[in-house]
Amino acid sequence: MSISVQNISKSYKNIKAIDAVSFEVNPGELFGLIGPDGAGKTTIFRILTTLLITDEGTASVVDYDVVKDYKAIRNSVGYMPGKFSLYQDLTVEENLSFFATIFGTTIEENYELIKDIYIQIEPFKKRRAGALSGGMKQKLALCCALIHAPKVLFLDEPTTGVDPVSRKEFWQMLKRLQRKGITILVSTPYMDEASLCDRIALIQKGKVLKIDSPQAITANYEKVIYDIQSKNTHGLIHDLKNYPSHYSVYAFGEFIHYIDKNADFNLKDLEAYLENKNHSEIIIKKAITTIEDVFMDL
Amino acid sequence: MKKEKIIQVEKLTKTFGDFTAVKGITFDVFKGEIFGFLGANGAGKTTAMKMLIGISNPTSGSAIVAGLDVATQADLVKKNIGYMSQKFSLYDDLTIKENITFFGGIYGLSRKQIKEKTQQLITKLEMQNVADNLVGSLPLGWKQKLSFSVALLHEPKIVFLDEPTGGVDPITRRQFWEMIYTQAHKGTTIFVTTHYMDEAEYCDRVSIMVDGVIEALDTPKNLKQQFNVESMNDVFLKLARNIE
Repeated sequence: MSISVQNISKSYKNIKAIDAVSFEVNPGELFGLIGPDGAGKTTIFRILTTLLITDEGTASVVDYDVVKDYKAIRNSVGYMPGKFSLYQDLTVEENLSFFATIFGTTIEENYELIKDIYIQIEPFKKRRAGALSGGMKQKLALCCALIHAPKVLFLDEPTTGVDPVSRKEFWQMLKRLQRKGITILVSTPYMDEASLCDRIALIQKGKVLKIDSPQAITANYEKVIYDIQSKNTHGLIHDLKNYPSHYSVYAFGEFIHYIDKNADFNLKDLEAYLENKNHSEIIIKKAITTIEDVFMDL
Repeated sequence: MKKEKIIQVEKLTKTFGDFTAVKGITFDVFKGEIFGFLGANGAGKTTAMKMLIGISNPTSGSAIVAGLDVATQADLVKKNIGYMSQKFSLYDDLTIKENITFFGGIYGLSRKQIKEKTQQLITKLEMQNVADNLVGSLPLGWKQKLSFSVALLHEPKIVFLDEPTGGVDPITRRQFWEMIYTQAHKGTTIFVTTHYMDEAEYCDRVSIMVDGVIEALDTPKNLKQQFNVESMNDVFLKLARNIE
């Protein structure tokens, strides 16, 4: 196992940040921790990177115990925290050589690993890190986390607040790193990124709700979801919520995702109900289940 | 039917040294509209928004917000709009009630008004049991709903929301959008930025900024047609890709 987490719990004063969390990550896997702010994702990262000690349970990274063998772990993993944590007043180049030096290596030694990413920021290598744009900071931070060729890479919300284009590029970079044999644990609040992982753990309020491949999670969802649309979206949400047999009603992009309490409910009845409420240009069709749908029903 | 313009932007430009962050953008926003203001990181969105809310002076061009000129009446603009962002919202070490009182004071409401508003707001948000708790102890989703309501305390004609839903769980995110819809129905104009492309679909019209200019502006439906794609995410990817 690259990462093994057994029943770990951690409280801050009387708030339980994580509660009996267990999961395992296989070598070479791209594993996602998916959950909103406050789910406990960062606490898990800090425990696995030996920056925080658990109250209960054990965890190991590349077979090293997070408490006993903390020094060995620090040499074998790369960690990119959610908050930008490089030296703002060092240049791009200085930051990189600083991190290489403290890990007892050189930029040249592992250049192959970071090359794809580094060439994108190389034109700005004399610029102070603090003066970089968000996307470039992110790339520099990733280079610094990779410069000692870690076996496992920990990325805590690398794409939060990042626009869709840069997010897409970032995930392409992760896939390339994975192909080089690096195990990756990544967290994100964006449910659409979940489908890019090999396996995911859905987390909320400190508890793991589900662990599986994203495909299996959506395939095993038993309820039927309908895409519903009309000219007046706001009125539609309201009216669907007043439909007696509704189970859930959520806005979902251009459609409303509607689930009925009865598996065999009659679409015609619903359509007639909506027409009666003066909706026009009504569309009702079966929707494709997403991770977000499953998450909302947990 | 002629729609009332609440924001009129004309060749608005902002230059920092030899770098032009916003390059002469022109657009209008109508009363009661939910207007999505999208763009890649570094496209100039934040700079443009700062000018519209009266905290950054345009280099050239003009913007009229709620009938006020952002260049010459910046202080009045600030009083007549609501603003909420993920980065700046409420004071964590004040209670819910104290925050409402504080912002009511800032917006120039009378004591009587503040008292009434506080009651109304706490009831509406169903926060009666936590009204005397520190804001810092609330879940993020609650904070954001409260923060949105506080931005509306002085009943502004227009409210600016800067990535209001970042990091919030999917259900709270949707409840937040229902609050936005409700407010828009009352006639308040909503100007919102987001990185969630499904939220772009909830807007009446969407503009997409690329490299300091507005590359596209239309209803989500028309934009998808224009670019011949299935979703706003694809519209966004297509626009930003073409620049490279």
